[in-house]
Amino acid sequence: MTGPTIIFYLLAALTLASGILSVTTRQIFRAAIYLLFSLIGVAGIYFWLEYQFIAAVQIVVYVGGIVVLIIFSIFLTQQAGEKMARQKVGRKIFSALAVFLGFALTMLQVYEHQFFETAEAPVSTSIREIGTRMLGTGDEGYALPFEVISILLLAAMIGCIVIAMRVKETSKTEQGTSNKEVS
Amino acid sequence: MEPGLYHILFISAALFFIGVYGFFTRRNLITLLMSIELILNSVNLNFVAFNKYLWPNRMDGVFFSVFIIAIAAAEAAVAIAIIINLYCSHRSIDVETAEELKY
Amino acid sequence: MPQAIIILLIPLLPLLGFILLGLFGKKFFKNSSGLIACLLLFAATLLAFYAAYEYFTNAAGLDYPREVVLNYTWLRFSDTLSIDMGLMVDQLSMMMVVVVTFVSLMVHIYSLAYMKGEERFPTYYSFLSLFTFSMLGLVLASNLFQIYIFWELVGVSSFLLIGYYYEKPSAVAACKKAFIVTRFADLGFLIGILVLAGVSDTLDINTMIATVTAPDSSHATQLLTSSFLGISAITWGAVLVFMGGAGKSAMFPLHIWLPDAMEGPTPVSALIHAATMVVAGVFLVARLFPIYALTADVALDIVAYVGVISAVLAAIIACTQTDVKRVLAYSTMSQIGFMMFALGVSGYGGEAGLGYTASQFHLFTHAMFKALLFLGAGVVIHFVHNNDIKEMGGLRKYLPVTHITFLIACLAIAGIPPFAGFFSKEEILLAAYQNNQLIYWLALFTSGLTAYYMFRLYFSIFWNKEVSLQNTHSHSSPAMTIPLVILATGAGLAGFIPFGKYVNSDGRPPESHFDLQFSMLPVAIGLAGIFIAMWLYKKESERPNRIAASLYGLYKVSYNKFYIDEIWLFITKKIVFNLVGRPAAWFDRNVVDGMVNLTGETTEFISDKIKKLQSGKIQQYAIFFLAGAIGLALLFIYVWK
Repeated sequence: MTGPTIIFYLLAALTLASGILSVTTRQIFRAAIYLLFSLIGVAGIYFWLEYQFIAAVQIVVYVGGIVVLIIFSIFLTQQAGEKMARQKVGRKIFSALAVFLGFALTMLQVYEHQFFETAEAPVSTSIREIGTRMLGTGDEGYALPFEVISILLLAAMIGCIVIAMRVKETSKTEQGTSNKEVS
Repeated sequence: MEPGLYHILFISAALFFIGVYGFFTRRNLITLLMSIELILNSVNLNFVAFNKYLWPNRMDGVFFSVFIIAIAAAEAAVAIAIIINLYCSHRSIDVETAEELKY
Repeated sequence: MPQAIIILLIPLLPLLGFILLGLFGKKFFKNSSGLIACLLLFAATLLAFYAAYEYFTNAAGLDYPREVVLNYTWLRFSDTLSIDMGLMVDQLSMMMVVVVTFVSLMVHIYSLAYMKGEERFPTYYSFLSLFTFSMLGLVLASNLFQIYIFWELVGVSSFLLIGYYYEKPSAVAACKKAFIVTRFADLGFLIGILVLAGVSDTLDINTMIATVTAPDSSHATQLLTSSFLGISAITWGAVLVFMGGAGKSAMFPLHIWLPDAMEGPTPVSALIHAATMVVAGVFLVARLFPIYALTADVALDIVAYVGVISAVLAAIIACTQTDVKRVLAYSTMSQIGFMMFALGVSGYGGEAGLGYTASQFHLFTHAMFKALLFLGAGVVIHFVHNNDIKEMGGLRKYLPVTHITFLIACLAIAGIPPFAGFFSKEEILLAAYQNNQLIYWLALFTSGLTAYYMFRLYFSIFWNKEVSLQNTHSHSSPAMTIPLVILATGAGLAGFIPFGKYVNSDGRPPESHFDLQFSMLPVAIGLAGIFIAMWLYKKESERPNRIAASLYGLYKVSYNKFYIDEIWLFITKKIVFNLVGRPAAWFDRNVVDGMVNLTGETTEFISDKIKKLQSGKIQQYAIFFLAGAIGLALLFIYVWK
């Protein structure tokens, strides 16, 4: 049992345990926090795999962005303190069985499959390499997906603003018409 | 035992199905979204693992993961906006109350 | 041989009249539709006369060719079996074309005055043109199915014309009755066509006759051996086809529609129910005569006995009826019975074919004097505004032309020389005498009755008592009297045509010997009938009522038309409706409809059960999604490698 092995198993345990707790707890804020730990666990595994850039991106975007966003939305919908409603027991058992069956099938297929490793030399995955490749326009360049992603993010931003704006307008006009007599 | 590809695949599959369980069972829309994030993460883990163990001479898996993270962020933002919109019209974010598509 | 285009134009001109007047009559030709129809028909008549003239005078010797001048294959089932539309030129069709166009023209001209001022004047003429077209198509047809098509068309035209005064419920009932009874008879006709087509493997009339009568063909041996209930297939075909003919020609027991059909306007009765449509059955048997001659022992016997029974029955009924048009209707039925049994006793070829020639000759002359009788009756009815002969009398002062022409027609139908009816009836009686003595004596008896009731009619209308009339102005315009005069001339002179030379069963004319001794008996019986009628009806007296009272039972039966209508109603209402109709309706409503309803209800039930799938709950959708994915994965991994 070497060091990396122990670290790996600890990280795996953290990820999976937090994941299970996240989906089973009845308090919503705790679920968000367990999710946060699960994502940190995944980032840890990325570090263990020596993909530092991905790990950093994971922490910055997922943990620092998405989980924060989720926590904000929990506050916006005033759900932080109370316990959530229970789900029917039948549904829970049925889902557990289905999920277990799916997991067993997947693992069966994975263990039976022969994965062939390529014999070529590994390439460096430093930030410099990633940056060059990402903006590269050559054969293995990813400039096009990069641009498309930027447009997607723009569209998402505009979409969220529009949906959110409509929400604010209706709440404002509802208050407005009740106060004024003539609009 | 030295952790290899199979271990990571085990973790990613487990995380995936944990997310699926959460998706089936949760009544709150926001916790539903959290389960979706777990699923996306498991996929990311899969891509990176294959890139590291099977194709170390290429970087496709890394880039896929980066882009998936970006898309997940955009999708989570839009989903939160929709949830807030739904909250304003239904006054609750219970999944059972959003039944407009019923027969 | 006249050209194809002339023959084609003969039926097409009235068809053009029908289309023009039917589509545009009400809008454009309100008052001139009669003239247009008359002009078109006049052209058709001239063409018909010309064609007949050319055919009958240009035939080499006595061999009258039978040629199909125009043929269009419409529906082809096999090499030999197809439904064609063709025009056949031979003795029978040329003669019929002349008769139909001529009588139709007279009726068209007459209707100009009779139907003047009617609201639906163009409609009337369009129906008349449709009828003329259908009848011409029928007689010119070269394919048996084509005859059937035009047969139904003629039935439809008759329906439309009988029900012309559709506001009268009796007219509506009458036109329905006519159509239903003839349609029922056409059931037999259709089955007969199918049997004949099946036996001879063709629908073309010439080919069918040639196939069936060829003595050494495989068909001949086959048809005489293939039998059903002991009667050969071809006999069945012939008998069933005759059933259709019997319906259309108002033979017993399918005659019930003809008296009711008098609800239509009188010119219609003259054209359709006296001269042309009702002889379609006779025409049909004559057209297929070689087939009937082949199966003479069964088929022609049936034809003969049905004919003679109808003749006697109708004559007895006509003696007591008081409606002018009803008397004439039964007289028509009786005369057609004469034509039928003349065909029935006839043989095939040369001398033996005397009955055939006599029947067609009687058809020719009967068309003229019966149309004349009806048109004259129309004038009388128009004058008195009443159909009942008890309300008429002494009209000879007011309607001189009608009086003379009516008298000529009555003399013709009674068989008094030198009028046309004498010659044709004498030939029929001769044919009957030579072949079947029973029928001869019955025919003789019927001739006497014919003379009696026709002259009863004549004397009751024009002599008898003096009827006081409010408006004694005679409406007879030239349009009404000229056709009467022309038809009377025809009735007078037609007897002198040597008909046997022109129309005979196989090209060889039967020798018509004018036997003075033989004709004395019928003429004497006819004169006796006339004198009895004169004694009873010329002057107003109580004698007819006393005789009716003394023969009360017979009088009642005859007056009520032998209760045949009541028997038919009983059969249909009590037997057919209850035993066949009601169970069939129950089956249809509960079983057939029930099955359809069951499929509907099952679908509803299933859909009610599975609509829970679309609950609007996204988690449920996701569960099914995963289940489907796992299922497909299992399938692909383990089952379909």
